[in-house]
Amino acid sequence: MYNPFSLDNKTILVTGASSGIGKATAIECSKLGAKLIITGRNEERLSETFNKLEGSGHQKISADLSNIECLSSFIEELPLLDGLVNNAGITEKIPVNFVTEEKIRHLVNINTFSPILIFSTLLKKKKLNKGASVVFVSSISGNYISDFGNSMYSLSKGAIQAFAKNAALESASKNIRVNCICPGMIDTSILKDSAITEEQLQEDAKKYPLKRYGKPEEVAYGIIYLLSNASSFVTGTDIVIDGGFILQ
Amino acid sequence: MELDLFIKNFAEQFDEADVSVFTAETKFKTLDDWSSMTALTVIAMIDSEYGVQIKGNDIRDSITIKDLFDKIIAQKK
Repeated sequence: MYNPFSLDNKTILVTGASSGIGKATAIECSKLGAKLIITGRNEERLSETFNKLEGSGHQKISADLSNIECLSSFIEELPLLDGLVNNAGITEKIPVNFVTEEKIRHLVNINTFSPILIFSTLLKKKKLNKGASVVFVSSISGNYISDFGNSMYSLSKGAIQAFAKNAALESASKNIRVNCICPGMIDTSILKDSAITEEQLQEDAKKYPLKRYGKPEEVAYGIIYLLSNASSFVTGTDIVIDGGFILQ
Repeated sequence: MELDLFIKNFAEQFDEADVSVFTAETKFKTLDDWSSMTALTVIAMIDSEYGVQIKGNDIRDSITIKDLFDKIIAQKK
């Protein structure tokens, strides 16, 4: 059957696959024929994702990839990849006058250093096939919007967008494409048990032109486009998936 | 851990309000300056000064400054 978004015969690594966008992405990619390698810190939830993958030949590896010592050995064990989805990330709302070096480092280690080092190590160890596609999950908080308490999260995601554009230029000679997905607020557990209540999230959703938050699979479909051959002429760009929020 | 010191730390997060307005029984969410931004600032102050991570639900469930103080004590144990 004709399908330009097919991921048949592609081996794809998805980080942060225990929940949210990473989980949805892994599952949807499997439905399109990809072989997945999924990672996450929570073994139990990673197994839940793994059990929902369609097809066979997938792998799950419980790992904290923000730990640099683990990263190198993790990458060594990987097969050659056709896709990388750098999705793992956290958020924290902290007003600027309470920002500390420790808090910056914690957020930036996970959201910025880790995805960059995963990509650069894969390149160095020649684990990315020619024609591979690399997707960084950034955020509209990166370079599009600002919000009270969001300075560090914005910093960590904006840096990714800047990095990705330069990496796209460098990687083009190997026909490796590098793009970002910039979601708005998505229904995931990233803000569960945080400074923000459920009621506040419900009120916030009404501010979206499409009057709701996005679903994780709606971000996954954008990622799938970038991973598939349908986007073979697309590199160094951002795909915004935000219900129209940045239009306002 | 002192209630008076907590009230002082709490009051300092408000740019405009008069410090004498703040007592243990102050219903802080009824103050003119109270907003979701002030809530985030108070949460950050509690983390910074007391090493306790108050959640949005803790703020929602507290009426007075003393209620918030009690939540910090409970989490310190």
